[in-house]
Amino acid sequence: MKLSSKWMQLAALAVLVAVLPLFFPSGYYYRVGALIFVNGLAVTGLVILIGYAGQISLGHAGFAGIGGYACALAPAHLGLPPSLSILLGAVISAVLAVLIGKPILRLRGYYLAVATLGFGILVSMVLTNERALTGGPDGMAVQGLALRKILRGWGWKLSSGEFWYILSALAMLVGVWIALNLFQSATGRAMRALHGSEVAARTVGIDVARLKLQAFVISAVYASVAGSLLALQNQFVTPDIAGFMHSIEMVTMAVLGGVGSVLGAVTGSAILTLLPQVLTVFAEYEQLVLGLVMILVMIFLPRGLLPSIAAKLKGRGE
Amino acid sequence: MSLLEVSGLGIGFGGLRAVDNVGFSAEPGEIVSIIGPNGAGKTTLFNMISGVYLPDSGHVRLDGQDVTAAEPHRLARMGLTRTFQNLQIFQEMTVLENVIVGFHQSESGSLIADLLALPAARRRSQIARAQAQELLKRVRLDKAAEELAGNLSYGALKRLEIARALAMQPRVLLLDEPAAGCNAVETEEIDHLIAELAQSGIAILLVEHDMKMVMRISNHIVVLDHGEKIAEGSPESVSKNPAVIAAYLGAGDEESVDADS
Repeated sequence: MKLSSKWMQLAALAVLVAVLPLFFPSGYYYRVGALIFVNGLAVTGLVILIGYAGQISLGHAGFAGIGGYACALAPAHLGLPPSLSILLGAVISAVLAVLIGKPILRLRGYYLAVATLGFGILVSMVLTNERALTGGPDGMAVQGLALRKILRGWGWKLSSGEFWYILSALAMLVGVWIALNLFQSATGRAMRALHGSEVAARTVGIDVARLKLQAFVISAVYASVAGSLLALQNQFVTPDIAGFMHSIEMVTMAVLGGVGSVLGAVTGSAILTLLPQVLTVFAEYEQLVLGLVMILVMIFLPRGLLPSIAAKLKGRGE
Repeated sequence: MSLLEVSGLGIGFGGLRAVDNVGFSAEPGEIVSIIGPNGAGKTTLFNMISGVYLPDSGHVRLDGQDVTAAEPHRLARMGLTRTFQNLQIFQEMTVLENVIVGFHQSESGSLIADLLALPAARRRSQIARAQAQELLKRVRLDKAAEELAGNLSYGALKRLEIARALAMQPRVLLLDEPAAGCNAVETEEIDHLIAELAQSGIAILLVEHDMKMVMRISNHIVVLDHGEKIAEGSPESVSKNPAVIAAYLGAGDEESVDADS
């Protein structure tokens, strides 16, 4: 990756985000856009864990759940403003990621997948069963963000859809920027090295356990912030946010787009968020078509959409 | 006190003593070769010295300090590193990046600086990049710097692995069959490189099947058979040692000292 390519990727993404609304047929699409960006943020975190460091997690929705419920519970019970609740959720997620990451990151492959799966299920069960606190499976209401009112005070009148479109896009762009910084840094290179060969990484002085943990914690914070933003823009949160299906959805987005590439992750999020909207015309066959698309991509573009297409273009250019 | 001192080292797998009571020492600038028939325990010995296996008896001392139970990354930071018999290359990274990873200790700083690409982190990376390019020149891979490592030839990868190890500025370097699978030209290149490294003051531990190369460049040879040390000394004395000749020729084994590849 060349030095300038980081800014090229960021600029391309920013332009896309800015231009897209010109083609929106209705205000509804701001909501879809915001959802894509929030998913993109969470999946970018997974790219760091899976694509850089080579560690799998099937439980990252658990961290999204913690971020989401932090924004529901902290304002209601602690009187914390929602903006600080995002931070609180991120801190709790980070601490939890350290505590569970230390023992389970010793595991590899399938075993790590099952352990993280267990963590996700645990969080979603707690959220479902602690009715007194979380409202159980029915979920609970979430206070809106005060920022929109403040902006309105300054004469910047945004609809809820527009506001969340912009805020989610900014959050994703910052997330992508950080992930791209990491890619080129000593830490990111060491993560990719341990992905390539753990033994060799050790012999050049890389503390493999520590780096795996760092990747796990960083990706947990990404998921947590994404969960918070999701809860805040829906002004509602249910235990589904921490559910198994959400974890799987996140990993699928990452793999579909290309797990080694940050922009691929964003592409994957966009496709898997949009496809169900488009496929509603197929009514009950929606899931069927969705599954078929994923199978075909994995067969014909096994490295994910973006890296496979990039490799094909490069091959033709030479 | 020697730079590297191995004494009474042993390990068993199940009922089998893979290595038993092996000891030797190495000084700066010395090339110590470890030879022996297949299955003699050479790689196992390397794995214990480099911290990959935990020996169940004996000691490894680096500068007099006991480092027997130290993890590989700690040993690496203390100046002992290695290459592998079956290449351990970061295939999905570029050739240059592979070597930059070798500079990890000097390049890495705070995680926050890396995440935010602060000037301090960028400066560290630039220095590591420049140094890595120098090392690539030294192993004549500078032209392939931006290629994916996975695309390189076998001999080139062997040199890349050495360059990555050199990035750590080791005092003790363990080379596990650096010339295996290389053609005559590549072998000679590696041969020169090893001699050059020893001259710069690095203690080299070498496991190699190419006996011509071993006899030519070693200062000291340790011979293993069935996990035990059966001889030790200069290349001349070892090649005349009856026990060594028996180990290579005897017991119906068709390998011979100089025909073994």
